[in-house]
Amino acid sequence: MRLVRSFGPAALAAGLALGCGGAFAASAEKGKTAYTQHGCWQCHGMQAQGGLTGPKLAPDPIPIEAFTAFVRTTNRAMPPYSEAILPNDDLADIHAYLQTIPKPADYKSIPLLNQ
Amino acid sequence: MARKHPRPEVSRRKFLAGAAVAGATTALAPPAAKAAAATDASITAPRRPSALPPTMQVAIAETATPKELPRIGGVPGSDFMVDVIKTLDIKYLPSNPASSFRAIHESLINYGGNKMPEFLTCAHEESAVAMAHGYFKVAGKPLMTLCHGTVGLQHAAMAVYNAWCDRVPVIVVGGNDLDAAHRPPGVPTIHSAQDINALVRDFTKWDDTPVSLQHFAQSFVRAYKIAMTPPYGPVAISLDAGLQQEPMRNGEKPYIPRYVPTSPPQGDTGAVKEAARLLANAQNPVIVADRAARSENGVRLLVELAELLQAQVIDQGGRMNFPNTHYLRRPPTAVGNADVVLGLELTDFWATVNAYIDNGEHGVGINTSRIKPETKLISINASELLTKANYQDFQRFQSVDVSMPADAEATLPALIEAVKAAIPADRKAAIEKRGDAARKAYAEQRERTKQAAALAWDASPISTARMSMEIWAQIKDLDWSLVSVSGVGFNWPNRLWPMEKHYHWLGASGGYGVGYGAPASVGAALANRDLGRFSVNIQSDGDLMYAPGVLWTAARHKIPQLAVMFNNRGYHQEVMHVQRLSNFRNRVANLGNDMGPIGTSIENPDIEYHKLAESMGWWAKGPIKDPAQLGPALKEAVAVVKSGQPALLNVWTQPR
Repeated sequence: MRLVRSFGPAALAAGLALGCGGAFAASAEKGKTAYTQHGCWQCHGMQAQGGLTGPKLAPDPIPIEAFTAFVRTTNRAMPPYSEAILPNDDLADIHAYLQTIPKPADYKSIPLLNQ
Repeated sequence: MARKHPRPEVSRRKFLAGAAVAGATTALAPPAAKAAAATDASITAPRRPSALPPTMQVAIAETATPKELPRIGGVPGSDFMVDVIKTLDIKYLPSNPASSFRAIHESLINYGGNKMPEFLTCAHEESAVAMAHGYFKVAGKPLMTLCHGTVGLQHAAMAVYNAWCDRVPVIVVGGNDLDAAHRPPGVPTIHSAQDINALVRDFTKWDDTPVSLQHFAQSFVRAYKIAMTPPYGPVAISLDAGLQQEPMRNGEKPYIPRYVPTSPPQGDTGAVKEAARLLANAQNPVIVADRAARSENGVRLLVELAELLQAQVIDQGGRMNFPNTHYLRRPPTAVGNADVVLGLELTDFWATVNAYIDNGEHGVGINTSRIKPETKLISINASELLTKANYQDFQRFQSVDVSMPADAEATLPALIEAVKAAIPADRKAAIEKRGDAARKAYAEQRERTKQAAALAWDASPISTARMSMEIWAQIKDLDWSLVSVSGVGFNWPNRLWPMEKHYHWLGASGGYGVGYGAPASVGAALANRDLGRFSVNIQSDGDLMYAPGVLWTAARHKIPQLAVMFNNRGYHQEVMHVQRLSNFRNRVANLGNDMGPIGTSIENPDIEYHKLAESMGWWAKGPIKDPAQLGPALKEAVAVVKSGQPALLNVWTQPR
């Protein structure tokens, strides 16, 4: 998800609250399941690598606050996900999953990308 | 059209007219009885109908199954039709057989020797037209197809619409039995219509219904000429069964008109000069091309113009317009900094300079401009010469500053000369400097692209970047042609394979009718086979399932191609539409037992495309899910294709 817009104050507050709450520990394992169930993979790929229809989300995902704010309020190509259909816990888990995705190899070390 | 009687002495039409008169006469009562009846009627009988019921003779003549026709003597009319067709060097005729064109079918294979054109057996009319579509984009020559006038043409209609939108000539000939009095009853009558061409009239350039052999000769040559005049497009001819089947009249000597190609329309001299003035004086001109180049010369001309101006070029990919290895090639966002945009044969000028985001309030999208308000727009587009009302392929209206309804490739030489004359001497250094900046931007973009391709490199299912580069490793030393990527939701080959020749990339379907990719790839591979090129098709799963019978046609006619399945097990173009609406309505998308919303997945059960292909005579392997297995499998498949057979690999991929 590209953050190209300024977020609404309410959404940003929601994101900050989610990021700072610490009421539960986000689970990368659950996040991987939630990533599939909520359809993130459809545009961003099963390893969040991105593609023609959606930018890469990992490695190095954007901070949870900005991530949450964008998901809740986007009016770009991605439709917004309300809390009713993507609960905060799931969103945090998804972010935790994205954080576990390792960096790719340098393309210079991949022979097929240096033909 | 009524059939003529096969024996020249008495035409069938005259015989039937005579029979009808005789019947009518028989139906009349003798004068005495008639007078009596009139007297009675004036007194007691109700008013009689104005037409009397037919006699037994008339009823039989009008409704009974005609007797078997006597064997035809003389020269069949359809033989003459074949003579006409042969003057136009049409090499192939992909078609699904049908009774309404049986006479010309017989003439083509027996009288015509099944050469020029050669009949290619197809399993579906849509496949036949799409094969012709793909063939033209490689060969630059049109094919014709024959189809049943009603049911066959209805099957063919989607492919005709694709050809229309993609500006590709196809000569569609539909058999039809117009003569209600003589055509066989039952199915052949159900398969007849007053005006079969009406089915496709909204998306063909021209159509006709010839009523004599001389008329056919004129119509066919005219149809070819119209189809092959830019803007190219499909044409339709309704071919009467009687006209095909009957012999030529004694002494009948129809002539065949000579075909002389029409010069493509060039831009008006004044408009060309004004466009050149704007481009030569621009700070940041950008060229956008969609279907601008139809030949190697078109690519060369576009490179010459771009280098002359050091203008960035956005290739929208309707054709291979501009090499992706050239430092002036830029992504679509480059219009944002332009002060002059030259659009060449754009499908959608509005969407080139505006953005539409399907994410607004109340289901209404958001429109935003991509360009600065003062940006000048120039259009060269032959499609402006051919706009129809019903189908909306003309897109939103975009005002431009200089509009040339002309063929871009034909206009480029004049535009290049005009630009040379218009560049002020004091602008040349600034123009060169633009080139330096473009080289730097291009190099940086290449780095970013390659690093992006490295993401999920070892993923299973296989990443689309990995699949693309595994294919490239196997074909890079061949004279290759990427014949289709229809329905494929990624663009790695365009970004990573060096595309420099016009046949390296053929563009998409035009009308976005799913089901184009497989048959168009077979048609293009046919043209490449004759030119000694290696054809690669990245075949999407949903597309193949529309009419997979074309796989059999490829095997039957020994048309080699390497088909690599982009098997993402879903209609991913549609997945997000349902997800989007679910989100807008604050409802969780119902996945059922699939990965995507119900109705958008192609799984449970998974389709074994390799077995499907194998059953139709292809070499095939799969499913391949491990990226490490892909390279060796591709190597095997390439060897098979080089031996002259089609080969398919069923590869499980990431969604996009």
